[in-house]
Amino acid sequence: MSSQLLTAPPAPESPARTGRDARNARNARRARPKSGRPRLTPGGIAAIVVLLVLAVSWLVPFAWAVATSLKSEADAGSTTVSWIPAHGFTFDAYTKVLAEGNVLTWTFNSLFTSVVITVITLVISTLAAYAFSRIDFRGRKLLFVIVIGSIIIPPQVAIIPLFYEMLTLNLVDTYWGIILPQVIAPAMVFVLKKFFDQIPIELEEAARVDGAGRLRVFLTIVLPLSKSILAAVSIFVFIWSWNNFLWPFIITNDTALMTLPVGLQTVKSAFGVQYAQNMALAILAALPLIIVFLIFQRQIIKGIATTGLGGQ
Amino acid sequence: MTTAVAPSTASGVAATSATPALRVQRRKRRETGAGWGFVAPFVVFFVAFLVVPVLWGLYLSFTGRTLTGAGSEVIGFANYAEALADADMWRSMGNTVWFTVLSTVPLVVVALVMAVLVNLGLPGQWLWRLSFFMPFLLASSVVSLFWVWMYNPQLGLVNSFTGIFGMEPVAWLQDPRYAMVGVVIATVWWTVGFNFLLYLAALQNIPEQQYEAAALDGAGPWRAFFSITLPQLTPTTVLIAILQILASLKVFDQIYQMTGGGPGGATRSTVEYIFETGFTGYRLGYSSAISYVFFALIVLVTIAQFAFSSRNGANS
Repeated sequence: MSSQLLTAPPAPESPARTGRDARNARNARRARPKSGRPRLTPGGIAAIVVLLVLAVSWLVPFAWAVATSLKSEADAGSTTVSWIPAHGFTFDAYTKVLAEGNVLTWTFNSLFTSVVITVITLVISTLAAYAFSRIDFRGRKLLFVIVIGSIIIPPQVAIIPLFYEMLTLNLVDTYWGIILPQVIAPAMVFVLKKFFDQIPIELEEAARVDGAGRLRVFLTIVLPLSKSILAAVSIFVFIWSWNNFLWPFIITNDTALMTLPVGLQTVKSAFGVQYAQNMALAILAALPLIIVFLIFQRQIIKGIATTGLGGQ
Repeated sequence: MTTAVAPSTASGVAATSATPALRVQRRKRRETGAGWGFVAPFVVFFVAFLVVPVLWGLYLSFTGRTLTGAGSEVIGFANYAEALADADMWRSMGNTVWFTVLSTVPLVVVALVMAVLVNLGLPGQWLWRLSFFMPFLLASSVVSLFWVWMYNPQLGLVNSFTGIFGMEPVAWLQDPRYAMVGVVIATVWWTVGFNFLLYLAALQNIPEQQYEAAALDGAGPWRAFFSITLPQLTPTTVLIAILQILASLKVFDQIYQMTGGGPGGATRSTVEYIFETGFTGYRLGYSSAISYVFFALIVLVTIAQFAFSSRNGANS
């Protein structure tokens, strides 16, 4: 049922794409369709104004947080709301927050758990998707229907029994407790299967005639053709697990094991009215993913557009 | 049918081991082994961390189980009867639906406006995309910290801005009249960038020739927007709306962190109520029953959406 909701992934990269083809594709992308360039007609000006207002509104909460984080606590708590602090900008809030040490621990925990979740998800989902796409095994159809059907289950429904399962397994307050339940991504299996379906089967058949086994064909022929979709799925899973709140919040009580989103939530009340420190903490927590985004902007946007509908 | 016939044929001529039927059967068995080998790692996790808790939760919902393990005997539908008569549960459902209604419309419309304007091709493409999409990269805790500060009744930017227009300061998150609106605004700011990217990708797939043809026919930009852009985007709009409604019904993170469900339960969502009865009230059985009522609601909404969208032929 949910399969209807998903967009088709892009066609696999052709194995032998010439330089000229690639260049043509790039040019085609640059000259992409426009619904009419804005001219300096009243309508065009109005469009520009609306866009500017929207962009400024979207940037203001960031800018306000940055400005606050660079104030002294006295200025941040002053009742005269002002962008420029009376006593000048200072990095005090950052120094204090970093000296507490927790932020770095939480950043490490987030990085570690998100990377492990992404790797495990990628490995198990890719293998399963390949089998669903290519191998005619007994029970395949039924299993696929069950896996795809499970997309409809809200994870929140199972969260309480899942917590007691982890309690029974002694995995509360452990990295594995955070990681294991997050590696199941039926929507990604679906996206990957659709991608594999589009790869011409002749390449694999030729290799199999030459005596290569399933795993070997998968590793040496299929995976190298699938780099774009693997990147897209990794990006999506990574962002999602980096920001996931509910499950890590439930499974960790130990401050040393918390991920960034969870740690931030617990510290909010502890800091009370220290507005500058709160904002410094928020900015520090936001930075890693924003930097990653600035570096891989193009791939991330493409990845979201490819896998996005399947992943929510 | 064929599988039932093939073995008997094969055994009939067993001596000449290389009959086609036998070969097919052997190949099939090998394929089955390989197939299950490939799916095994996924299936192990899937069963352990999805199937088991979902079924266990279903069982718990028919028991009076508490955290201490007491009351683990089966009590039939008592939890469900209690849930259906529980005013707090219905209120949380009402809040959830209200949040979904308030957030879905701007999350679709604002995303569309952003995408159409950015797609006009103004200079600074990366800057527009960054502005609109960056909030999506933030964790809910960061979003909550930002907006609790923005909404601060005395020191916040929101009140100082509305004050310019002569509006009285509002306790955005503490006043039951405004708390839900406050949460919705923060949510739109946070997640609209995702829908914006999906719309932008769809816009870039509309063939330029259609606009050229329309221009030759003398259609202006507005005409082109309503007779080409919007119809071409219909499948995308349907998909975004469907996914947005399902996502909004599951809201928990930002509400829990911004208002804690308050003031006085005015913003408490169903997921938060499940969480609280399970972890604060320690009533596992009851909490599981509410989970399944909620699950039923999600399934109903999904089926309704599916029926609606397939009738409108938007599943291309």
